Amino acid sequence: MSAAPVRVFVPRDAAARSLGADAVARAVEAEAARRGTPVTVVRNGSRGMLWLEPLVEVETAAGRVGYGPVRAADVPGLLAQGMLTGGTHPLRIGRPEAHPFLARQQRLVFARCGVTDPLDLAAYEAHGGLAGLRAALGRSGAQVVEEVTTSGLRGRGGAGFPTGIKWKTVLDTPATQKYVVCNADEGDSGTFSDRMVMEGDPYLLLEGMAIAGVALGATVGWIYLRSEYPDAERVLTEAIARARAAGLLGPRVLGSDRAFDVELRRGAGAYVCGEETALLESLEGKRGIVRYRPPVPAVAGLWGKPTALNNVVTLASVPWILAHGGAAYRALGTGRSRGTLPFQLAGNVKHGGLVEAPFGLTLRQLIEDFGGGTRSGLPVKAVQVGGPLGAYLPEADLDVPLDYEALTTKDAILGHGGVVVFDETCDMAALARYAMEFCAIESCGKCTPCRIGSTRGVEVIDRIVAGTQRAKNVALLEDLCETLTHASLCALGGLTPLPVRSALKHFPEDFGLERAVAARPGAGRP
Amino acid sequence: MTPTAPPALPPDALAAVERALEAHRGRPGALLPILHAVQDALGYVPPDALPTIAHALNLSRADVHGVVTFYHDFRDAPPGRHVVKLCRAEACQAVGSDELVRDVCARFGTELGHTRADGAVTLEPVYCLGNCALGPSAMVDGELRGRVTASGLAAELPDVPAAPPGGAS
Repeated sequence: MSAAPVRVFVPRDAAARSLGADAVARAVEAEAARRGTPVTVVRNGSRGMLWLEPLVEVETAAGRVGYGPVRAADVPGLLAQGMLTGGTHPLRIGRPEAHPFLARQQRLVFARCGVTDPLDLAAYEAHGGLAGLRAALGRSGAQVVEEVTTSGLRGRGGAGFPTGIKWKTVLDTPATQKYVVCNADEGDSGTFSDRMVMEGDPYLLLEGMAIAGVALGATVGWIYLRSEYPDAERVLTEAIARARAAGLLGPRVLGSDRAFDVELRRGAGAYVCGEETALLESLEGKRGIVRYRPPVPAVAGLWGKPTALNNVVTLASVPWILAHGGAAYRALGTGRSRGTLPFQLAGNVKHGGLVEAPFGLTLRQLIEDFGGGTRSGLPVKAVQVGGPLGAYLPEADLDVPLDYEALTTKDAILGHGGVVVFDETCDMAALARYAMEFCAIESCGKCTPCRIGSTRGVEVIDRIVAGTQRAKNVALLEDLCETLTHASLCALGGLTPLPVRSALKHFPEDFGLERAVAARPGAGRP
Repeated sequence: MTPTAPPALPPDALAAVERALEAHRGRPGALLPILHAVQDALGYVPPDALPTIAHALNLSRADVHGVVTFYHDFRDAPPGRHVVKLCRAEACQAVGSDELVRDVCARFGTELGHTRADGAVTLEPVYCLGNCALGPSAMVDGELRGRVTASGLAAELPDVPAAPPGGAS
């Protein structure tokens, strides 16, 4: 045949690979060869419709057509039914962008993820990449910081601190050396947006870091990547090498007189290293022990130097802001939560995945309209928002809009945007106990409330569940939570009471309590 | 190289440690990259390697011991032929990971955090693999797996025989 090879996209994203995407890619190549049809298999990122993974896409004259979830055993049948020309098949989903799950999203950060080969720098540029960095190179550092401030962007790692203020502090602090550090220690259960950016659009992160570097006068950037993400490590390692070879990183960023390079470092399985000062200690080669603040890292961070320390999605939001203007970004969202957030829909949910949308979507819209309810088909009992330090919300609270301030009115946090759904079979006392246990396992040990209080918390919850002096132990648990909240050094100890108290407040029956006991004044109040 | 007699590290382990030092000792914050390089090569960080690493980085043995023991990743003994990490975090609990952990431990005849006596498999807990929409998740010899079942894991590891009765270590 003289026809050009048909391009077939099979994601290389770890979630897709976890369900056999590599075998699917091999099967497509083998079956196409057997049929004498030339194909080029492109390993793209994931579209974020994770229940459809592995989602195979075929480039046809009428655009891309998706099929999923595809198993290797489905491939011969798919090709026999004309998949390579977009033929009909029970697994055919049509044009991926037209799928309701994607069509209702507004993707700024994830615009390219799943569309391109993550390591193809030319494709990155052809799809709008590097426009932000070019814009930044034409402006002063103060102008870049101003643009980020105008955008209203807040830290996407969980704390929600205004990025522009953090950057201005770094810019205004005189130093012989400054650093950009990317927090890629995405440890919260129910979150994977950082991973998907790094695996599916790594140059976006590098571009965001380079913008920070050239604007703030930082010549070195570090990515602290959790060791649980080996796929991301492989992609980033290759992306950094290619970015250097292409002059995107190095002594003359895109031919300018500005230098910026990035080094990748692997964490070692400590959740607390997602806390920014513990992360810095770890980067310096030490135990990941939380530092006292002040000084904040923006003033004295890595090796005591001013450090712009930002989450992956924060940095990945910056190129769009520079390319399209802070005002355009600010036009999206609600209240003091501006722009979009990549929400991550996880746990017991039918259609789990990544939903990037402006702030203000309600939890119910996310779970019902996007998620299609629970995977088990049983009613939703509780939803944990914001990772292991986030509150459990009952079904009655699902109409809360997802923005930083609205969630605090429910004694909850938005965190890194992870939403974990539980059906009615879950045991909230066991989950509260797990929150304390997790805190005990992951505590850095520096402050007493977290180090000791977490273990005592497990014991007290055990006594409540066992029915030992229930009222007394509930009061003790409340008192312990109060101490953890106010006397811990960082968010690990400080926020562990959120899942514990919310479970106790909304689901006292699971602890063997009457509603009245748990609902006494003070119970469940942060 | 060291003024004191080097501890009793087998030659191949010593070679791996020296390679790791050679590759990383000049980098800022070199200790974690060195420990990772040693474990990548040997599967664990031999306690007897710590004095050599400490000396090379001009750190105390206590400093290095403190770092090795702080991080969950570093093992002080060789793992089994296969390493299976099972996610215990909330999103996986929401889809039955507690039952999965119980079933896998029973089937393989060992506990999380242990290597089976015959060295066939090491089971470890892990707290989130970032595969939270497709749980329960596991990592099998460094490869992520989604919607994991105990029988699926057993089928993937045919060289791990079923647990010998009472053989938990």
